[in-house]
Amino acid sequence: MSEIAVEFDRVWKKFRKGESFDSLRDLIPAMTKRLLSGDRDGDLRPREFWAVKDVSFQVKRGEALGIIGPNGAGKSTVLKLLSKILRPNKGSIHVQGRLSALIEIGAGFHPDLTGRENIYLNGAILGMTREEIKRKFDPIVEFSGLEEFIDTPVKRYSSGMYARLGFSVAAHVDPDVLLVDEVLSVGDMQFQEKCLEKMLSFAKGGTTVLFVSHNLAAVSTLCPQTAFLSGGTLRAMGPTSNVMTEYVRSVQAGDSAPSEEVPIRTARLLDESMETIERFSPGQKAYLTFSMKPDVPLEECLLGFIIRRATDDLPVCDYNLPLAHLRPSGQHAGDLQCGLSFQVNLLRGAYIIVLHLYHCPTAKFLGWIRPAAFFSVEETASWQGLAHVNPLLIARESEGE
Amino acid sequence: MATGDIVEKGDMKESIRELFEYRHLLFMLTWKEIRIRYKQTIMGFFWALLMPMLIVAAGVLIRQAFALVSDQPVNLRDVASICVKALPWAFFVGAIRFSTSSLTGNSNLVTKIYFPREVFPVSAVLANLFDFAVASVVVVVVLILARTGLGVDILWLPLLLVLLVFLTLGLGMLLACGNLFFRDVKYIVEVLLTFGIFFTPVFYEAKMLGKWAPVILLNPLAPLLEAMNDVIVLHRPPDYGWLGYSASWAVLGFLIAWKVFDRAESAFAENI
Repeated sequence: MSEIAVEFDRVWKKFRKGESFDSLRDLIPAMTKRLLSGDRDGDLRPREFWAVKDVSFQVKRGEALGIIGPNGAGKSTVLKLLSKILRPNKGSIHVQGRLSALIEIGAGFHPDLTGRENIYLNGAILGMTREEIKRKFDPIVEFSGLEEFIDTPVKRYSSGMYARLGFSVAAHVDPDVLLVDEVLSVGDMQFQEKCLEKMLSFAKGGTTVLFVSHNLAAVSTLCPQTAFLSGGTLRAMGPTSNVMTEYVRSVQAGDSAPSEEVPIRTARLLDESMETIERFSPGQKAYLTFSMKPDVPLEECLLGFIIRRATDDLPVCDYNLPLAHLRPSGQHAGDLQCGLSFQVNLLRGAYIIVLHLYHCPTAKFLGWIRPAAFFSVEETASWQGLAHVNPLLIARESEGE
Repeated sequence: MATGDIVEKGDMKESIRELFEYRHLLFMLTWKEIRIRYKQTIMGFFWALLMPMLIVAAGVLIRQAFALVSDQPVNLRDVASICVKALPWAFFVGAIRFSTSSLTGNSNLVTKIYFPREVFPVSAVLANLFDFAVASVVVVVVLILARTGLGVDILWLPLLLVLLVFLTLGLGMLLACGNLFFRDVKYIVEVLLTFGIFFTPVFYEAKMLGKWAPVILLNPLAPLLEAMNDVIVLHRPPDYGWLGYSASWAVLGFLIAWKVFDRAESAFAENI
């Protein structure tokens, strides 16, 4: 049989804005039309829009695919289409095997029932048989860590406990295809890690995983392949680091266009041979060039130079560099072309550079550019972590006694 | 491609297969309905008796009024008749009421998790069937007290009950579906259920209306209730003609309702 577990073939899905029906006059014809024709036609009527536009992708059996994109990109719609909650207007979707969705975990819980009863109920909602749940009951409770409260109605649970129980049930379904939508945002750190671990074990155990998240770090841990959706279309798909680079760039580009006031402009990132570059290898030398036009004496200013990891906004470094030596005091007219060299002692990942100009006497920022530049670090070895400390391994034969 | 493909909806066989696949869910949802209905209540299952008992009390009162006018005193057999008919009526009212709001009341499930949506109205009906069963015990006691005895015609009863359930299921599915798109349905149903008892032979018998009897029997529920009274209390076979009429309503209604429900199902999540 085919190795393709999930196939999206030129799928279109439209939604309607506003209330469904304005008047009785368009209600009856619309209703009859929906019932008779199934409302499958591919044309947009007034107030309709495409939430998913001509999206095609395939996921192989046992592969984990991350889906990223800004809010309203159609990520959740794609998952709902896959789980058959929504039906496409055009195109076809094929899913091989049992599908389980971790979309809004605990959706099937009833507040008046106890944790125990809800495990049975939610298990059935997720497609498990009674015997199956009975068999997995103890592991589920153990995973949730709620042994003490299992006979308490879930309405007395905290939202974290609620989510933990929900995830625990859903994580024990043993699906062939698992859809995950932003569930890691619940629970404490420890539980989040547990969830990620569980999903990793799913992925390793041959389950096909589709993971929608804004947590880029989690996506990159879990998924070797990622799809980037924006405005209902598939903008990029491929190895996670490449796609993430694409995504972060598009987000940052749309983030804040530097206004006229900003005294720092046109930042460019160059390599040693002064070529524009975006991909570095660890330890490589980099030059950042930009122009600056401050209206205050330079000796009163500091240049902020910040590198952040794009996936989780972690500050990698934050320097404040004095500017006094750049120009004799008293003079301050005209543009100043600046160059800043630094060493990319970083490991695999996507990074952004932020620049700002700080005026000490007034304690004000004269301007921020975020991002001033964008780069990624790639290496062929499977190095993990953040900093490149350039380890060197040496050995010497010890002299025998 | 094999399993898991999105099938074109409207395929009856596929629907039945899928519903069978989710039979555990149907069972669990029914169990949940029953369980939560009496949770945190002092009276518990007694509530299952209250509604039919009130209907019976009202019926006895009205029959008493008839009796005063017509000089024919109410006997225990009349009370038994009212009981036998009040119970299915209470089931019908409860089941229709619950199934009408079964989809809208579970909107988080309808929009979040996939499974055949039929399980909502069906489990609502089944949960009320449970109440029906609980209350039946009391009716049996009344029947014993009234010394109505047992006739061979009682063998009709299972068929009558099945028809009643199918009639309710069909209507319940249709109304659940309608209420999802237009919340007006819920209010219309409330009004119809409140006054429906006057247009259904619960407190009286259809034949008491003389030549107007057929009008009342057009209500597909009426011949079923009359037939139950016939086979349980009066020990005589039901009126075959009218029973056939009701049966066709039950069967055809159920099939059509399922078809409509199935057709509309794909539009549920975005219209709820």
